[in-house]
Amino acid sequence: MLNYAIRRLLISVPTLCLISLVIFSLLKMAPGDPLSQLPPSLPPEVRANMRAALGIDEPLFVQYLLWLKQFFVIEPLHGFDVLFGTHFTDGMQRIISWQSRGPVFRIIAERLPQTLLVVGLAYIVGLLIALPIGIVSAYKQYSVFDQIGTFLSMLGLAVPSFFSGVLAILIFAVYLDWLPTIYNTNLIVNSWSSFIEQLRQMAMPVMVLAVQTTASISRYLRSSMLDNLNQDYVRTARAKGMGENVVVLIHVLRNSMIPVVTVIALGLPSIFAGAIVTEQIFKVNGIGELLITAIYANDVPMVQTLAFIFAVLIVVFNLIADLFYGLLDPRIRYD
Amino acid sequence: MFRLKSLLTGGVIATLLVTSAFAKRGADGIVKILNWQAPSMMNPYLAGGDKEVIAASLVLEPLAGYDENGVLFPRLAAEIPTVENGGVAEDLKSITWKLKSGLKWSDGSPVTSKDVVFTANYCMDPKVGCAALAGFQGVDKVEALDDLTVKVTFKEPTGVPYTLFVSQWSPIIQANQFADCLSAKAPTCTEANFYPIGTGPFVVTSFKPNDAIQLKANPNYRDANKPAFAEVNVKGGGDALGAARAVLQTGEYDYALNLQLAPDVLSEMEKGDKGKAGFTFGTTVEFLFMNLTDPSPSLPPEERSTAKHPHPILSDVRVRKALSMALDRARLSDIGYGSMGKPTCDFVPAPPIFAAGSTSCLQQDIPGAKRLLDEAGWRQGPDGIRGKDGEKLKLTLVTTTNPVRNQFQAIIKQWWHDIGVEVELRSIDASVFFGSDPSNPETYSNFYADAQMWANYFSGSDPGAYAESYTCGQSHGSNTPRYCDTNYDALVTELGKTADIEKRGEIVKKLNTILMDSYAIMPLVWRAGVSGISNTLGGTASNAWDSELWNAQDWYRNK
Repeated sequence: MLNYAIRRLLISVPTLCLISLVIFSLLKMAPGDPLSQLPPSLPPEVRANMRAALGIDEPLFVQYLLWLKQFFVIEPLHGFDVLFGTHFTDGMQRIISWQSRGPVFRIIAERLPQTLLVVGLAYIVGLLIALPIGIVSAYKQYSVFDQIGTFLSMLGLAVPSFFSGVLAILIFAVYLDWLPTIYNTNLIVNSWSSFIEQLRQMAMPVMVLAVQTTASISRYLRSSMLDNLNQDYVRTARAKGMGENVVVLIHVLRNSMIPVVTVIALGLPSIFAGAIVTEQIFKVNGIGELLITAIYANDVPMVQTLAFIFAVLIVVFNLIADLFYGLLDPRIRYD
Repeated sequence: MFRLKSLLTGGVIATLLVTSAFAKRGADGIVKILNWQAPSMMNPYLAGGDKEVIAASLVLEPLAGYDENGVLFPRLAAEIPTVENGGVAEDLKSITWKLKSGLKWSDGSPVTSKDVVFTANYCMDPKVGCAALAGFQGVDKVEALDDLTVKVTFKEPTGVPYTLFVSQWSPIIQANQFADCLSAKAPTCTEANFYPIGTGPFVVTSFKPNDAIQLKANPNYRDANKPAFAEVNVKGGGDALGAARAVLQTGEYDYALNLQLAPDVLSEMEKGDKGKAGFTFGTTVEFLFMNLTDPSPSLPPEERSTAKHPHPILSDVRVRKALSMALDRARLSDIGYGSMGKPTCDFVPAPPIFAAGSTSCLQQDIPGAKRLLDEAGWRQGPDGIRGKDGEKLKLTLVTTTNPVRNQFQAIIKQWWHDIGVEVELRSIDASVFFGSDPSNPETYSNFYADAQMWANYFSGSDPGAYAESYTCGQSHGSNTPRYCDTNYDALVTELGKTADIEKRGEIVKKLNTILMDSYAIMPLVWRAGVSGISNTLGGTASNAWDSELWNAQDWYRNK
């Protein structure tokens, strides 16, 4: 297993290099300009000067190598400096966002907490709701509960968050006036009242995101449970006189979880990637919002870095899902 | 006696009410501002757009700013230097600013002329990439005469020497803080760019780029009773609709910037009675620009859309005039902007002293336009499209991808079709169209089309530099129609040497007439800026000439 993991990690290095090159060339081919927000009456020579200061006109090859050096050498070294108080990177140029002229990783670190909190919590809430729904729907197939569950999860899958989010705002904020529509990223939770405030501002984005997780995971679990419920080993277990709880929750559920765990693990990178639409609607301003504003502003270093981090996360979580498979299913062996 | 007593108590109550509006510094708690476009830094000299500049104006101040009427007033300066008070030299080649005495930065250190000189050196440093460089371009040198006096010398006589250190675009930064940020080090100064030390009413306490800015009242602000608010909370993200909702419908926020929404959406939201939408008519005008040069792709790239090859159709002024006559500007304004727009025939619509107030173009005249095209030799063909010498009267009209502009395109196409002009429409993403890459063929400045539509404006209240952008010398850059008229150029030169405001007004009106009679640029709609203001927020005064938040020190909570 360790050999397998190391082999997979080594294979992923050229993959990631290729991905970074593809992301970089795609961004460079994309039209658009980081200075397009400036007033049109600004003289062209002033613009040219600003372009030069940003380094936009450097040859592509130079820009790519510089980014590689910054990403793989300077940024890890800087992280080392921060952790151990050393000064290896003093005076070295970190990856700088074109929009804010601030280090890209500093901004990502600022955005990560709210994304992890809101999108992560929504994932957990979604899972906690999805698991019982999936189990009961499969066990009582075609019952009223199953029909309603199927209908609601279809609805959850079909309704996009830009609709459900705005609908939630209209109901809970405009008409009922219960919840805030704008997420305050500067809220510090240090008392009961601020904790309640945090719960209130998270309620709507978590709800909107959880509906989507619930819908898809409960469908997966239901079909996986249905496959297992008709197996011989279930009949054997019942014939041995085991109670229904033991049969369903221990024998069937454990076997049914194998494919579902893969789906859950593959969904984990999306927690770090944030939720572009939902974050925008509720102004959560996490990683998803950071990515979309950087794309709009043609902030190439920011988009490049974020897209590459997502690529790394996806490769890593794919590996984790594969390894989990081996742990859950003794029949699968990698050596 | 009883009467006197009630009079007295009435007087006391009245005084109490008045003073409550000018209460102590920080007495009114928090004011929450929504800028959905989300500022990404607090240094206007490196900013990529207006949103950063507006946010920075809460912290950094120029020597002088424009008030809500577009009139200059001193901020850090003791008074506005003019020729009359000797601040501006008789030959108009220098201006001497005097700082108010006793001014302090928010860290407590004194503001001196060294800071002003440093600001100039910072922006004029070619490696910095300063966005306000245009205002510094005619400057020969900036020198400190004493601790409070700064003298700016220009290379040429300059009628309006208020281009540097004036308005939100050109505030004073602290020399001490930015000392290590010169030349190539400018982008590494993250702390200084996020937490600038200023003289304004507020100080940044927490800055999260493109997300949230927290500010507190500046303890060293020069007026001991201001600002009334102890904290400012600026939030970004989302879109204009969500921002309007938070101020007008749910009342969560006090002020929202840039709410360009359909007029009926805004009026529907105002019914919540939590706030109002405020319109400010500044200098923004939606224009049609006619290309006077040939954009044909068959020309070599360095000669395409240059004065070397006149446009085969549009170089005839009669054709351009006919195209203008076919437009119904009032209809366009109504459809696209409602009460947020007014039809206009001026390229400088405001301030009043410069606005010609012409109405000559407002009447649509389709038969007249047809006659004019007949005169110009363009005869109607069997398919309704005019032609001359085997060539068809066919134009391409380009604009940015934007619902209002694309609707305008379709309407204009119909009107021009009515007079026998075939129109091909194209729309380009705004970030490409307004891009600065000279090698990109789609940009507004390359203008590889026959006509294009976008909004232009000038900052501040003086149109000097704006008028200059349509001179022959600018035809490679900001003069997109490649318009060139020696009479116009001579008047612009005269304007540059004129300091008297009345005379400047007359010259600008003459320039307006010359430019409008050329039909090289056709004004369509004078557009307003829109902000949402909560009913509980007092003291706001909309300002189209400087930062919208120019008087945040005077804002207070209605009680």
